[in-house]
Amino acid sequence: MKHRVVIDLAELPPQGVGSASLTWWGTLAFMLIEGTGFALMIGVYLYLGSLAPEWPLGAPPPALGPGTAVTLVLLASLIPNWLLSRWAEAEDLRRVRIGLLIMAAFGVAPMVLRVLEFRALGISWDSNAYGSAVWMLLGLHTTHIITDLAETFVLCAMMFSRHARNARRFGDVQDGVLYWYFVVLTWLPIYACLYGIPRL
Amino acid sequence: MTRGRPAEDLRDTALAEVELTHGLARTWQTPSGFWGALATVDHKIIGRRYIATAFVFLALGGVLALLMRWQLARPESRILSPDLYNQVFTIHGTNMMFLFAVPVMEAMAVYLVPLMVGTRNIAVPRLNAFSYWMYLVGGVLLWVAFVLDMGPDVGWFAYVPLAGPQYGAGKRADIWAQMITFTEISALAVAVEIVVTVLKQRAPGMSLDRIPLFVWSMLVTSFIIILAMPAVMVASTSLILDRLVGTHFFNPAEGGDVLLWQHLFWFFGHPEVYIIFLPAVGMISSILPTFTRRPIFGYLPLVLALVGTGILAFGLWVHHMFTTGLPRVGESFFTASSMAIAVPSGIQIFCWLATIWYGRPVLKTPMLFILAFLFTFVIGGLTGVMVASVPLDTQVHDTYFVVAHFHYVLVGGAVFPLLGGVYYWFPKITGRMMSERIGRWVVGLLLAGFNLTFFPMHILGLQGMTRRIYTYQADMGWGGMNLFVSLSSLVLATGFLLFFIDAFRSARHGAPAGDNPWGAATLEWATSSPPPPYNFVRIPVVESASPLWDSPDALPVATGLRMDRRELLVSTVADAVPEARESSPGNSIWPLWAAAATTILLIASIFTPWAVVWGAIPVTIALIGWFWPKGTPEDES
Repeated sequence: MKHRVVIDLAELPPQGVGSASLTWWGTLAFMLIEGTGFALMIGVYLYLGSLAPEWPLGAPPPALGPGTAVTLVLLASLIPNWLLSRWAEAEDLRRVRIGLLIMAAFGVAPMVLRVLEFRALGISWDSNAYGSAVWMLLGLHTTHIITDLAETFVLCAMMFSRHARNARRFGDVQDGVLYWYFVVLTWLPIYACLYGIPRL
Repeated sequence: MTRGRPAEDLRDTALAEVELTHGLARTWQTPSGFWGALATVDHKIIGRRYIATAFVFLALGGVLALLMRWQLARPESRILSPDLYNQVFTIHGTNMMFLFAVPVMEAMAVYLVPLMVGTRNIAVPRLNAFSYWMYLVGGVLLWVAFVLDMGPDVGWFAYVPLAGPQYGAGKRADIWAQMITFTEISALAVAVEIVVTVLKQRAPGMSLDRIPLFVWSMLVTSFIIILAMPAVMVASTSLILDRLVGTHFFNPAEGGDVLLWQHLFWFFGHPEVYIIFLPAVGMISSILPTFTRRPIFGYLPLVLALVGTGILAFGLWVHHMFTTGLPRVGESFFTASSMAIAVPSGIQIFCWLATIWYGRPVLKTPMLFILAFLFTFVIGGLTGVMVASVPLDTQVHDTYFVVAHFHYVLVGGAVFPLLGGVYYWFPKITGRMMSERIGRWVVGLLLAGFNLTFFPMHILGLQGMTRRIYTYQADMGWGGMNLFVSLSSLVLATGFLLFFIDAFRSARHGAPAGDNPWGAATLEWATSSPPPPYNFVRIPVVESASPLWDSPDALPVATGLRMDRRELLVSTVADAVPEARESSPGNSIWPLWAAAATTILLIASIFTPWAVVWGAIPVTIALIGWFWPKGTPEDES
């Protein structure tokens, strides 16, 4: 088929930034998948709770300490996360490196507290359906922290390597920032569910 | 374009067509040879593999269906043992739903959507390669287990407690659950790719109201997949945990609940029907204008019907559970919503009838398949409205009436349009036409064979024959009709056999097709058949909903893209205004390694929970290898 040229796009930027980036949309789509997974698990928890004669089944409500500590650490991490996003946008390599190291620390801290949090549930996954539901809910969120932590380590290594001086890397950092927001924000309803509902 | 540019700039602007095609071919090609084939990220090659694999699974599932019909042809038959029969019907259903119907629709989209929206490759193409390997392994897992007499035997929806630790001894149910994990990872990955491709990679000017209807249907389907499939993954993961590490999600003795399984499964399982059906109606809406020689009647209502079906699909799942003793109010709500979904389907049917009425129908094979669809699907839709009613459903639940109903909607509603789609797009994919003469025989045999096989099942169901029984006594009086059904199934099988023969023969010896053999209006016909690795020499610019009909002489195109790296266009969501020239990742072997590492993790975790811990290490290494920058031109900014 013959061609008739109607526009020239040579002046367009050679890379999409923000909502013009394909990975940004891909990240959103994966958040929708995982967010649906979280919502369904909360649904399972509430469904089993609605059938049970007492809730929690055969255990006291989980101790508040470690879970609340995790929540505070995650909320505090929002500030360096936001700063990292700004530094990545400004393509400030020195600050991005510092920001990634801080975020790596903010990823490790809740993992340490998570171990205590599993103990504070006061029930094992194989004791009864309540135990299964809380372990699965907490486990699902923990895998998200681990995944994001691994991603932060890899980004860190990349930004200290010769590949750092590339606008795409700063876009990768911004996608990582976006995903961490998701990990923190999905925790809040899970926290409310795990610690609030047994105390109602 | 008149503005001069130095040739070394490597933009396509001032280059002659020959130079341009050579440069593009060098950048976008898949290297020949074994490793090239394993590392390719070309959506057309992966799409072809997906389609071929799905049709292999269709043939295998068909053989199982024939085995069942052989067993049921006469009373008290001894051809299949009860245990083997359980495996056969479970694998038939599982295979047809998870390894054929959903993947084949996504496969058609993997091949066609990038061409129909006028871009050079699917979004996140390496994920696409990964998704194919995951799908393939999931299918092989199921069939190897069957050959080893470890095939799942709990039905395609694997109800607990039958599939739970107490009654489902051995690893059969775990094989089923892990096959779910493989195929859902693959389906979700493709859904993400399609959403991003449709929203962000459309050709300039392809605003929302100019998107081809097949592409619209795949966008809606992809969102249904994204929102529905996590439910079955939560369900199958909980089932594996119950079986492997002693959780109690489905154990009523410890506060669990068996109906929780049914809720989770059908929250996915009912939208699943629309995941299969919507792409099929999208194909019809895209094929019909070509064979009625006019634009589709009612584009906007058709889009709204697709979106409306997608939303209503999530409000129906309980109609699979009417006999479980749920509260009356709940049942009434789900009866109403089940009947309501007939409305968008009806709107589509009337829009198609109006298109045919106002057009000049050309009765080629794809069009004949559409007519066969209309006849068959309407019957399936009518029985659907019947079983939406609680009293009727209570009578026919778990009988052959239901078997007849869902085969009418799935085969009539999805397989017929799909085969029409294969006859329609085969020339684009292979460059050769399928036989019109054989095609007519295929339509005739399938339509007659299908109706003769499945219509009597309605009556058998009303006479009380329950599904999934491996045999029946002579004095039940079902023998004559079962023999008739079994003989009719041979007619149906002959139709499929003839289709496969035609496809094989035509791929080598069919008449050359040319770019646009049917005189169609959409962009996939604006390039050669089969398309080159880069799809389009220059990115098309869309000025109407029927671009090739409205600019018949010369295709409006854009220039200014680089050809020394894989470059495509990112455009805005609503109006498709170009935003950036973005690079597209090149071929890579890492998706294959990532799929291999994930396979080890998932299959080992059938046997030990520690596989999740140790298996995560190779998966992480493979993912780092996948994403670590390689210094290619695509990585520049």
